[in-house]
Amino acid sequence: MQRYSLPHLIRRGLRGQRGWTRAWRKAAPKPSYDVVIVGGGGHGLATAYYLAKLHGVRNVAVLERGWLGGGNVGRNTAIVRSNYLWDASAHIYEFSLQLWEGLSRELNYNVMFSQRGVLNLGHSAHDMHGLARRVGANKLNGIDAELLSTEQIARLVPILDTSAAARYPILGGTLQRRGGVARHDAVAWGYARAADALGVDIVEGCEVTGIRAAAGRVAALETTRGEIRAGKVGLVVAGNASVLAAMAGLRLPIQSHPLQALVTEPLKPVLDPVVMSSAVHVYVSQTDRGELVLGAGIDAPTSYDLRGSFRVIEHTLAATVELFPIFSRVRMLRQWAGTVDVCPDASPIIGPTPMEGLFVNCGWGTGGFKATPGSGWVFAHTLAHGQPHPLNAPFGLDRFAAGALIDEHGAAAVAH
Amino acid sequence: MSQPYRLPRGGRIDRGAPLQFTFDGRTIHGYQGDTLASALLANGAALIGRSFKYHRPRGIVAAGAEDPNAFVQLGRGARAAPNRLATVTPAAHGMQVRSVNAWPSLDYDVMSLLGLAAPFIPAGFYYKTLMWPRRLWPLYERVLRRAAGLGRAPSGPDPDRYDYVHARCDVLVVGAGPAGLAAARAAARRGARVILADEQPQPGGSLLASAERVDGVPGHAWAAAAAADLAASPRVTVLPDTTVFGLYQSNLALMVERRREQPGDAAGTERGARTWRVTPRRIVLASGAHERPLLCANNDLPGVMLASATAAYLHRYAAAPGSRAVFFTTNDTAYRAALDLAEAGVPVAAIADVRADPDGRLPAEARARGIQVLAAAAVRRVLGRRRVAAVELCSLDGSPRGVVECDLLGLAGGFAPALHLHAQAGGRTDWDPALAAFVPRRSNGVHPAGGAAGALGTAAALRQGAQAGASAAAAAGFTADAAPAPPGGGPELPSAQDAPDLGFQPYWVPPNALGRVKPQFVDLHEDVTLDDLRLTLREGFEAVEHVKRYTTLGMGPDQGKLANPLATGVLAELQGLHPAAVGAPRYRPAYTPVALGALAGRSVGALSDPLRATPMQAWHQAAGARFESVGQWRRPLAYPQRGETVHDAAARECLAVRRRVGLLDSSTLGKIEVNGPDAGEFLERVYVNTWKRLPPGRCRYGLMLGEDGMILDDGVTARLDERRYLTFTSTSGAAEVLAWLERWLQTEWPELRVYLTSVSEHWACLALAGPRSRETLAAAGTDIALDRQAFPHMTFRAGRVAGVRARVFRISFSGELSYEINVPADQALHVWETLLECGRPFGIAPYGTEAMHVLRAEKGYVIVGQETDGSVTPLDVGLRRMLSRRKDFLGKRSLSRPALLRADRKQLVGLRSDDPAQVVPEGAPLVDAPSRRRPLPMRGHVTSSYHSPALGRAIALALVSGGRASLGERLYAAAPDDRWIPVRSCLPIFYDPTGARLHV
Repeated sequence: MQRYSLPHLIRRGLRGQRGWTRAWRKAAPKPSYDVVIVGGGGHGLATAYYLAKLHGVRNVAVLERGWLGGGNVGRNTAIVRSNYLWDASAHIYEFSLQLWEGLSRELNYNVMFSQRGVLNLGHSAHDMHGLARRVGANKLNGIDAELLSTEQIARLVPILDTSAAARYPILGGTLQRRGGVARHDAVAWGYARAADALGVDIVEGCEVTGIRAAAGRVAALETTRGEIRAGKVGLVVAGNASVLAAMAGLRLPIQSHPLQALVTEPLKPVLDPVVMSSAVHVYVSQTDRGELVLGAGIDAPTSYDLRGSFRVIEHTLAATVELFPIFSRVRMLRQWAGTVDVCPDASPIIGPTPMEGLFVNCGWGTGGFKATPGSGWVFAHTLAHGQPHPLNAPFGLDRFAAGALIDEHGAAAVAH
Repeated sequence: MSQPYRLPRGGRIDRGAPLQFTFDGRTIHGYQGDTLASALLANGAALIGRSFKYHRPRGIVAAGAEDPNAFVQLGRGARAAPNRLATVTPAAHGMQVRSVNAWPSLDYDVMSLLGLAAPFIPAGFYYKTLMWPRRLWPLYERVLRRAAGLGRAPSGPDPDRYDYVHARCDVLVVGAGPAGLAAARAAARRGARVILADEQPQPGGSLLASAERVDGVPGHAWAAAAAADLAASPRVTVLPDTTVFGLYQSNLALMVERRREQPGDAAGTERGARTWRVTPRRIVLASGAHERPLLCANNDLPGVMLASATAAYLHRYAAAPGSRAVFFTTNDTAYRAALDLAEAGVPVAAIADVRADPDGRLPAEARARGIQVLAAAAVRRVLGRRRVAAVELCSLDGSPRGVVECDLLGLAGGFAPALHLHAQAGGRTDWDPALAAFVPRRSNGVHPAGGAAGALGTAAALRQGAQAGASAAAAAGFTADAAPAPPGGGPELPSAQDAPDLGFQPYWVPPNALGRVKPQFVDLHEDVTLDDLRLTLREGFEAVEHVKRYTTLGMGPDQGKLANPLATGVLAELQGLHPAAVGAPRYRPAYTPVALGALAGRSVGALSDPLRATPMQAWHQAAGARFESVGQWRRPLAYPQRGETVHDAAARECLAVRRRVGLLDSSTLGKIEVNGPDAGEFLERVYVNTWKRLPPGRCRYGLMLGEDGMILDDGVTARLDERRYLTFTSTSGAAEVLAWLERWLQTEWPELRVYLTSVSEHWACLALAGPRSRETLAAAGTDIALDRQAFPHMTFRAGRVAGVRARVFRISFSGELSYEINVPADQALHVWETLLECGRPFGIAPYGTEAMHVLRAEKGYVIVGQETDGSVTPLDVGLRRMLSRRKDFLGKRSLSRPALLRADRKQLVGLRSDDPAQVVPEGAPLVDAPSRRRPLPMRGHVTSSYHSPALGRAIALALVSGGRASLGERLYAAAPDDRWIPVRSCLPIFYDPTGARLHV
């Protein structure tokens, strides 16, 4: 792997930046692999990387239907935080956050993880009650969390309407200073490059069309580029988990919905931390380029259509303008949607399936991006050992039948 | 007046209406009808901005929404408008215009030194560096952030107002150029209702920028007349200044209509906008085409412009974009522009044509006029510091053809249809080799015409427009036969000149023979160069979306309208691929940026999620109530008197209810009438308990579960008569519960004969509670027998109260004798006031939600959403006895899942703090023993916590793992200030455990 650093950039700069080579090989699929990861998104690539790096499993392929990173890792609002309510979630997201903190160095790829802080607003006694509960739980789980007063919020984000007469009066909030944003595409590219360097085959333009089993065990994948035999298969296909699982005869407890987001034109810095309000479905941050990134609510009907209802955007913007009156004259530049796979308890499924050798990592709903490193790490462990790591053991597919749900609807930024 | 570049004649400007504005403090003169860009050009201001990354000097490139450079800041303070495009912003007198991204001045921008570092900061450089040391990243980032961004956000709330318009029509025509006008006319003549929208203030499109004639009159005059004729028809709505910015599902078109400054306004910039949601049956897409720039070194210097833009400034604004021009072309269109410029007195020094033998009519004309035409030639490099000073010409084989002094370079790289809306609507495209551009494939609901369909020339546009209009109307059900009188006269197909054959020859990447001169900008806004694209491909980012994301190509506020079509060709050539294999980055709405305020529309301020009010709202206000937000309501929290705090007031109100009588406005509760022969059956399915055998006149507390067995909502239901029930829901759950019930009724059990009606707002609800409530109610006057035998607990009676028809429910959320009096909302205030008046001898006090919360907590009554959070079952809160064993109900099967039966589930308990004065903070986690260890396992959390005035001590409710089996155990609550508060668990009932007070 060519090392990325300032000296290299300067040395190559003197020769017109011509010395760089491909960030990852353009691999053609081999007939057989020890492990095949289906889905070249953030979670899948991270899984492949940790498999090769930590578990010595290097005969690995990542199959991507389109271009690498074209799914939700390239469509989200890039927010990273770990202030989840329940222990199981808090532990996996906090583990992930700790990986984020060293990720650029780990991958030798600047993913621009920016710990600008994540501020959650409370607009009613009910909200404040929930925020206080979350802060209390976070602190005992070793997660940084602060309860802020309205005055502290006004100092932190002066452009918020903190007046008592506001439609959504801000009664207080919580701040996770270690939370922030990252450059989402870079996460996919960084993992791809690092995994490739460890020998992982990244195969773009390769769609899985069938899953073949032999004697109750996964045997091979049928793809648009031929059959690929696999010792183990990990499905990591946000937005299409049900479709892929159905190829193995599995029905997952997942519903798929469009989730929309937008950016505005670039502005000089006006907003430092990420600001979220679950009560009014607003989450907004300002990128290093100066654009405001806003996430909208989920579309209620299930759909794979990548055009959500514009009504959802309008509701989000009306609430945004109420919270940030100066944004009214700022203009929306670009708007898009992704497909989110949502479980009944708004928590993911990471673990084995009834088909031996077939594992799933899915159902991250609206909040999968922040989990990318941790999700890949635990899934790699799960694939390597054939059973979950304690961090993801509570997130098994069997929890729905057992009733051991991990209800994180309250922690999600987007109401499900 | 100094407008050195203003031509003496012509233009669509009003020379009788001069105006002036300032640009970076300098006075600019112009006329009504100018854009900021045309006025700046007329004043000779070529340099108008600095580029995003390298802060290179930039000028005006285009004459429309596709310009990548001309972003300026308008106005100040709350009226500031960042990143407005000078090429589409009409000039207005007194405007303050400032350049963006330049410090200390546009002429001398410190950050332009970054140009020296350009070799070391190529596309994506930040992925490769700034990683060491880790703790310096925030510093690096601060520098990056300051350098990036463009305009500045306003400083205060938006003074402008925005409206929303909903409209339907048969045919929506996007664009009022020749194709759009012809289409609108053809569709309207067939009887279709038409909306014609164009982003420009005047109709005409390309006709405004040429000297062409249509039907024997100047094109702009024909367009104005055609638009006026259309506007006169009742079936047609003509919307100038209106951009169709997005096409969504089911042909939903979103458009924004800008409302300009009105006469008499203080010098401002805009006056808001109207957003149109239009659902046409068919759409005619006549959105035109964008000219492509060409690559050569320093192709970004001010004075480098699209050839079509030079013509636009000339014809439309009578502004000469330079004083000596050179053109660089791949086709014949540049010759028209060159000839027009020469005709207007601007010398054209040379035309470099990449074609070996440009021999069309126009090249011949140019030669005849004495313009030097160089065949098989290209511009190798543009020379100049802050604007074009000369161009270096050479043959395609690299041999020099001289340096020509000029201050204007017109680029003619061919035309690419504006496909944005077509692609947003899911339309597919084909590569047209003659045009070297993607053209729309005919798709469902959208009919492209004119430039948008790849047709160049007015005659073709008119022809295609008329066809598209007719076919769109026909598809919408209007055929020519049904045609009523046409709007306006004139033939259906006006006469106009056909465009000369383009004779286009692609020129994407300059031949190697020209040498690697730099920089050659593919995307001017994002400072993406040809070398950046080469680097990107070298590093394996080959998919067009990868190129876009890695280099930020097309991600600027111009959305790559010029860059993307050029990049497709360049990327194809660099990779040796067919352009169709490269494709184009996905077109995402909006076509041009739209103010967030315009999309919020009127849903701001008081109309943002409007607050709801009970009939007593004004009374509460007058009584000095303090309010709290509950859903869409503001409910009285308490009624502080004479210097009382809210806390004092709530304590007084609690005691009033416990000892005397209190009155609560509980009108906000959801109320649903469940009607029909199967009403009882329906309730049995959605509630855990039984209903069919509940006799009319009786009430019952019900619990509703989700399919997962978790508590969804609770409330009392009364059986009004044999086939009619009235269900109360929680205040915040009202809408959700109704939707939940309707969902089951409509999608799963349509066979049930049940109708649901929300009567929440029809009935106001007044809760009269306390030992003396019976006397109070009697004193207020009622025909209902109130004695204990006639009207026992959990029953309902209809009658009159204070002269008003009423439904009175003897139910209680306070644990006291209580009557919830429902009266028609319009008479509720009278009843409220009468009750307070008649209760005065008994010591009545109005009470708010704080007292209500304390009173119910003393009794251990749960509040859904406070004691429950979507993860709590009836078993967890000790309501197992409510679950019917005889019938099925929603969530029943889930309750038998093993994890829900575990003994260590979190269960509802009461808590007493060791120090009776210590109110434990709500939400505080509970642990077995204090510890500094993290993570520290939690046993549960405090759900409700108050000081109980009746008991004179702190009480709390909590969910504690295995709590009910270990009542009396010692636990510690973690306060937010990191103190540990010792508490002991107890039964979750603190007051009147036998319920004796309910049955008096």
